[in-house]
Amino acid sequence: MSPVSSSNPFAAGGNEIRKQRTENIAKNVMLGAAILLIIPVLVIIGYLFYKASPVLSWNYIWDVPRDLGRQGGIWLPLIGTFYLVIVSLMLVAPVGILAGIYINEYAPNNWLTRCINMAVTSLAGVPSIVHALFGVGAFVLTLGMGASLLAAACTIAVMTIPVIVTATREALAAVPMAFREACWNMGATKWQTIRTIVLPNSISGILTGVILEISRAAGETAPILFTGAAASVAVRTATVGDKLMPYQLDDRFMALSYHLHVVAEKISGMPQEMKYGTAAVLIALIVVINSFSITLRLYLRSRKKW
Amino acid sequence: MSSGKKSIRALGAKLLDGAELPIRIAITICGWSSILFVGAIFFFIFKEAAPVFPHLDWGEFFFAHRWIPIPAEGNEPSYGAMGILYGTFAITVVSMFIAMPLGLGAAVYISEFAPPRRKEWLKILIEFLAAIPSIIWGFIGLVIMGPLIQKILGVEVGINLLNASIMVALMAVPLIVSISEDALRAVPDSYREAALALGASKWEIVYKVLFPAARNGLLAASMLGVGRAVGETMAVWMASGNTDNIPENFFNPLLVLERVKALTATIAGEMPDTVHGSEHYQVLFVIGIVLLTISVIINVVSDLIIKGIRKES
Repeated sequence: MSPVSSSNPFAAGGNEIRKQRTENIAKNVMLGAAILLIIPVLVIIGYLFYKASPVLSWNYIWDVPRDLGRQGGIWLPLIGTFYLVIVSLMLVAPVGILAGIYINEYAPNNWLTRCINMAVTSLAGVPSIVHALFGVGAFVLTLGMGASLLAAACTIAVMTIPVIVTATREALAAVPMAFREACWNMGATKWQTIRTIVLPNSISGILTGVILEISRAAGETAPILFTGAAASVAVRTATVGDKLMPYQLDDRFMALSYHLHVVAEKISGMPQEMKYGTAAVLIALIVVINSFSITLRLYLRSRKKW
Repeated sequence: MSSGKKSIRALGAKLLDGAELPIRIAITICGWSSILFVGAIFFFIFKEAAPVFPHLDWGEFFFAHRWIPIPAEGNEPSYGAMGILYGTFAITVVSMFIAMPLGLGAAVYISEFAPPRRKEWLKILIEFLAAIPSIIWGFIGLVIMGPLIQKILGVEVGINLLNASIMVALMAVPLIVSISEDALRAVPDSYREAALALGASKWEIVYKVLFPAARNGLLAASMLGVGRAVGETMAVWMASGNTDNIPENFFNPLLVLERVKALTATIAGEMPDTVHGSEHYQVLFVIGIVLLTISVIINVVSDLIIKGIRKES
């Protein structure tokens, strides 16, 4: 059909050229989809920081909110988020890591284990607002914690169990079976093997899970809506000590994510830059936390020997 | 000094080794805890909702468009949640129309076309996308996307179904990308090689070999995306307009510019105004049951699909 050039018997015919053209179009469309996802978001985030730049300063971070957040800074929400993360992490990390160890090392291959795996999957899929309802029913009312830092941390802990379990399970599964077998052959018990061989070889992977939990806990809003977050709190902030420890476990607290919701929607006459400032600090926090986890993972991959 | 340190370590090791049985028990209990928590979530949500079961008009709840939980003086409250069910349904459908092509396209590019370095970068950026909290998406919808929609489309209100769907789509895309990419990578290389040997181009391999072979994984990815869209709270609450509304004509594409009210946003918005134990409070827990059921079904089914793929490959 197509005229084949006598000088080059391998020149592409019409069919091949058409194919090549389709190929190029398809490739560029796919690339376009990837770019369309990422570039606008980067631009928007850059814009948020640009709009926030008038207020961003150390003073903005260290000052307490005044006049319902219209003036002052964001110290109280920021430290509230910090305590929420710490308390929830202390609750979820031991349970999540041990559960991951159980699933990968101890669990027999039977229906119960399949149920556990299914429970972890379901837990990961439960909407955050349903976790909030659970927190109200279980922690605030039944366990009598009231709307408090502890109740909110418990709710976040239950919500983030799957994050830590999944990361631990995968980190442990990546340790080759031969390592364990060698250890057993030396006469070590199961727990000795886990403690001396499996855990040290998977600690970075587990740590990645922990960092992801921190990122989730710092950003979530819905679960703390009814379980303890407050639009404003009356605490003493006269001294540095008061500022560092403003909340007790049974106090209501301010959190950065909820504070952003409040200043963005709930309060009239809010200066624009205060909204953007809160959003920018929250984004910066999340980006820093996630950079840690990504760096850790890249480092882990680079020094993996097996 | 170092021998002292050594003996302390030895003592610690001895203690830890001696505790084999207690540690085993602790690990087993923690391992079962996930089942306990899922059970507890069902138990407590049903417990709070249960008192309203006998006298809630279920027909009205599912099929009437009358959500008046706090009526004017002298009227009975009514809980017809069809408008709210429609809101969640509409946001899910519209956001999936946006998220599926983007997510699938990006996944195909990352797994089949991208050079290795660019692939790493794209994966890291998409991971950052996944880490952005929903409150930030809500804020972006409220202060950036809203005015943008107003200006570009020339409508009065930019906080509407389209806005919320774009935000939810951007939240669901990272999940869709990562599951789809796993599914594409799970297709054995011998399939690709066989197609190449027959003279197929890369694009022909993608849509004639990989898509059919990875069908189940792509299905699971879209299901998980749906689960994310149904359960999303803050972004939907802030960007959807939160107004109970059913369009008269479902085939008019302009319905994406209407404001809607979603199940999650209803709970988030109305819970603080209710009195504990009141009928309104209990009905909000009934909505929680609806959400919980949908999400558990979606997750278990897609998990089974994904497990099935792993077993095959």
